Amino acid sequence: MKNALRAATALALVTGAAQADTITIATVNNGDMIRMQGLTEDFTAKTGHEVEWVTLEENVLRQRVTTDITTKGGQFDIMTIGMYETPIWGANGWLVPLDDLSAEYDVDDILPAMRGGLSHDGTLYAAPFYGESSMIMYRTDLFEAAGVEMPDSPTWEFIRDAAAKITDRDNEIYGICLRGKAGWGEGGAFITAMSNSFGARWFDEDWNAQFDTAAWNDTLTFFNDMMQESGPAGFSTNGFNENLSLFQQGKCGMWIDATVAASFVTNPNDSEVADKVGFALAPHKDGIEKNGNWLWAWALGIPAGTQNVDAAKQFIEWATSKDYIELVASKEGWANVPPGARTSLYENPNYMEVPFAKMTLDSILSADPNNPTVDPVPYVGVQFAAIPEFAGIATEVSQEFSAVYAGQQSVEEALEKAQAITTDAMEAAGY
Amino acid sequence: MATQHSRSAARLMMAPAVILLLGWMLVPLTMTLIFSFKKYLPLRGGDLGWVGFENYARFVSSSAFWPAVSATLIIVGGVLVITLVFGVLLAILLDQPMWGQGIVRILVIAPFFVMPTVSALVWKNIFMDPVNGLFAHLWKFFGAEPLEWLSQASLQSIILIVSWQWLPFATLILLTAIQSLDSEQLEAAEMDGAPVLKRFWFIVLPHLSRAMTVVLLIQTIFLLGIFAEIFVTTQGAFGTRTLTYLIYQRVLESQNVGLGSAGGVYAIILANIVAIFLMRIVGKNLDA
Amino acid sequence: MARSVTNQRKALNTALAWAVGLLIFFPILWTILTSFKTEAQAIASPPIFLNFDWTLENYAVVQERSNYMRFLWNSVIIAGGSTLLGVIIAVPAAWSMAFVPSRRTKDILMWMLSTKMLPAVGVLYPIYLIFIRLGILDTRIGLVVVIMLINLPIIVWMLYTYFKEIPGEILEAARMDGATLKEEIIYVLTPMAVPGIASTILLNIILAWNEAFWTLNLTAAKAAPLTAFIASYSSPEGLFYAKLSAASTMAIAPILILGWFSQKQLVRGLTFGAVK
Repeated sequence: MKNALRAATALALVTGAAQADTITIATVNNGDMIRMQGLTEDFTAKTGHEVEWVTLEENVLRQRVTTDITTKGGQFDIMTIGMYETPIWGANGWLVPLDDLSAEYDVDDILPAMRGGLSHDGTLYAAPFYGESSMIMYRTDLFEAAGVEMPDSPTWEFIRDAAAKITDRDNEIYGICLRGKAGWGEGGAFITAMSNSFGARWFDEDWNAQFDTAAWNDTLTFFNDMMQESGPAGFSTNGFNENLSLFQQGKCGMWIDATVAASFVTNPNDSEVADKVGFALAPHKDGIEKNGNWLWAWALGIPAGTQNVDAAKQFIEWATSKDYIELVASKEGWANVPPGARTSLYENPNYMEVPFAKMTLDSILSADPNNPTVDPVPYVGVQFAAIPEFAGIATEVSQEFSAVYAGQQSVEEALEKAQAITTDAMEAAGY
Repeated sequence: MATQHSRSAARLMMAPAVILLLGWMLVPLTMTLIFSFKKYLPLRGGDLGWVGFENYARFVSSSAFWPAVSATLIIVGGVLVITLVFGVLLAILLDQPMWGQGIVRILVIAPFFVMPTVSALVWKNIFMDPVNGLFAHLWKFFGAEPLEWLSQASLQSIILIVSWQWLPFATLILLTAIQSLDSEQLEAAEMDGAPVLKRFWFIVLPHLSRAMTVVLLIQTIFLLGIFAEIFVTTQGAFGTRTLTYLIYQRVLESQNVGLGSAGGVYAIILANIVAIFLMRIVGKNLDA
Repeated sequence: MARSVTNQRKALNTALAWAVGLLIFFPILWTILTSFKTEAQAIASPPIFLNFDWTLENYAVVQERSNYMRFLWNSVIIAGGSTLLGVIIAVPAAWSMAFVPSRRTKDILMWMLSTKMLPAVGVLYPIYLIFIRLGILDTRIGLVVVIMLINLPIIVWMLYTYFKEIPGEILEAARMDGATLKEEIIYVLTPMAVPGIASTILLNIILAWNEAFWTLNLTAAKAAPLTAFIASYSSPEGLFYAKLSAASTMAIAPILILGWFSQKQLVRGLTFGAVK
């Protein structure tokens, strides 16, 4: 009797331990992730696992998870990473392959562009929580007042003219708000995606830096001139968040940025211009087929070596599932579900009523990470090159560009320095 | 005077602190030195073998190196000058008889308690933002074009933020020193008809020199390593990349630990040059 | 006091000092005020000073999103623990330097201070690897030790300067009376040095509380203090001034209050031997 009781207790302990793991998740402090954090109870109720959140600002998060994964520190069971990190880490064998997800999860439903960008050699290493491209968000009322009509796929020249027409500095209305902030994921991402549509590229097929080309000069000159004409004061320090605030306050005529921003600018609780926003494909240069839009996903990956692989996989299946999307839709409305990850979302008639759904999908579909530029390149990635050195190089290069925007040096000086920085860093890495 | 016995006891008592600090210095320092002679790229498989002095050569030959050294010195120097000058003035002011001295003192020392991260965030967003910041509103109120603080006056802005954090510290130490000033000496000078400036120059300032040296020494130690203020505000753009920040970029952003470690060794050398320089002044002033 | 101060001059001093004091304090005051505004009022143009609808909503949002008490508790343990540990190690060292000085004392002291000049970023990888090896990543004990080591030189130096001001004759007398070294330190020296030790402790609690590099990089969920708490509120999406202000106020309030209440003790000892 006593033994049986003891055995039963032991059994209960064992199964209890197997059931109730605690997983630690590192994530970014973006709105969708904070919402996910708020819904953790639903996951715990379904699986019994507890979740510890480490929510950090993007730059701090990157620094934190990169240190941990390269040293095999084992501090996190799930890391929130992007399309840039995933293939590199996957190739190094640092992530648990997500090749045995359950049938209900329906891995084939993930948008092919996202799945491709989060895989290495055909194996998925991180599941997309949300995906994005970039597009134009513009103020329909201001366009109407200025007598301009936005085409579905405008050229950069059109954008520049329209921006100049809308700008009304006395009333603090700036024709166009774009990222000028230094950092590879901020201004660096924008200018790189834009350069693709000007026919520029980071490297030629032998990994030689290409900042000495006319295409880059055109890109940077055009961007700088347009922003000096029609951009907000201090745009050289504006990133995604700064521009979002400006747009929500009604101070921008146009804003070309992440498609996920569409749900923020159309949300009447936060945005003063919620019902006056139109959408269009990111611009291209006259005569060039490529549009200046990027492709990105925030995804959940499991570092190799964690003790809680099963619980971590369960979490990923929960957070990136169709059910999770339904859950958010039921609580916050369809406009606020994490977009850009699943095909089925864009087949859902409820979601397609959301004004920005179609343009988001079109933008995502028009970005091709395997073939991002006009001339061939040896790298994968639209607004980045998926090599370990890129983040460091692009951050320094974008700092030089930001100095141009702030009027501290000329376009030529910046490009010369960018060329030197890139050449030097690639040499150091042994190319 | 001390006996042999107390000498060995003294050594024993000093041992824990010395050994701990020796370990804290030597272990990371040795590892930094080892890494600095290696090609060490964590994202490319880690340790890729010895490369001699290549990292050292590359670190100094980079176009970012000398600007980083000068940015470091400008920030440290700027903050030191501002905190010392205003610290002395503020200390003299607070030493005067007044109503509510205690409360004023509380107001003045408050910034010292604020985390560097918080202070940088608050300054950057709530004050220096060129559109929504309080300064922008103030400038517009007076009909001026708002200043783009962190891009057009980046170094000055950082110096302003850091000085705001350290001014209380300088003021407090200088105030304590001024309070110990023999007031009879001052009064005698006043009786003799010595003008205010003269009294300040020949009596107050010499009396404060030791306290000023202490402020100089301690602040330099902390200022050489400032990081949060730059990380939060400019991320090293617009000429605010200090040596510490450059090393951060090499180690964490470029994931080149070898190169960053070589930078670390340079930073240690720079710190030691500054330290020797300081010791020259401080050594005379402090009978430590 | 022979110098007669006219009320007029006193009033002038008062006005000037208050103006300067309020100017210096203003950023903190403004942050606290902003934390009670709505996001829209926080960026209103022209800025609203006092006549806004006071709301606690930002604090509620912050509290709902993060377990403030846990971050706070970690900060308390790390700042308090590292300071106490540091003082325990530093008192004997400072004692021996002050009372049994040798030719090398000054060098040792300066060397200790110079260890503070090692750039932290440069040794992040080595320290991280050591922490993994020892299994103390994301533990309070690991951080207590690291922060203690960072502040130890300052602690030793501060204590040394206080001890030096204690007249040696008193110790001689105690020794004559047959006090052992231990008794001498506990019963004679320590009581005389209490003000100095108190301000050393206060200063180092402040320094430890505000340390933001190691506390951020060596923690994850369990041991993360308020510096990590703040890192989740810097530049989130959308309007965030009011929430940032609320989180900032929550992060600095405890240390600000401690500092204000103990400012007399802090000031009394904050001389670093500079006052003779």
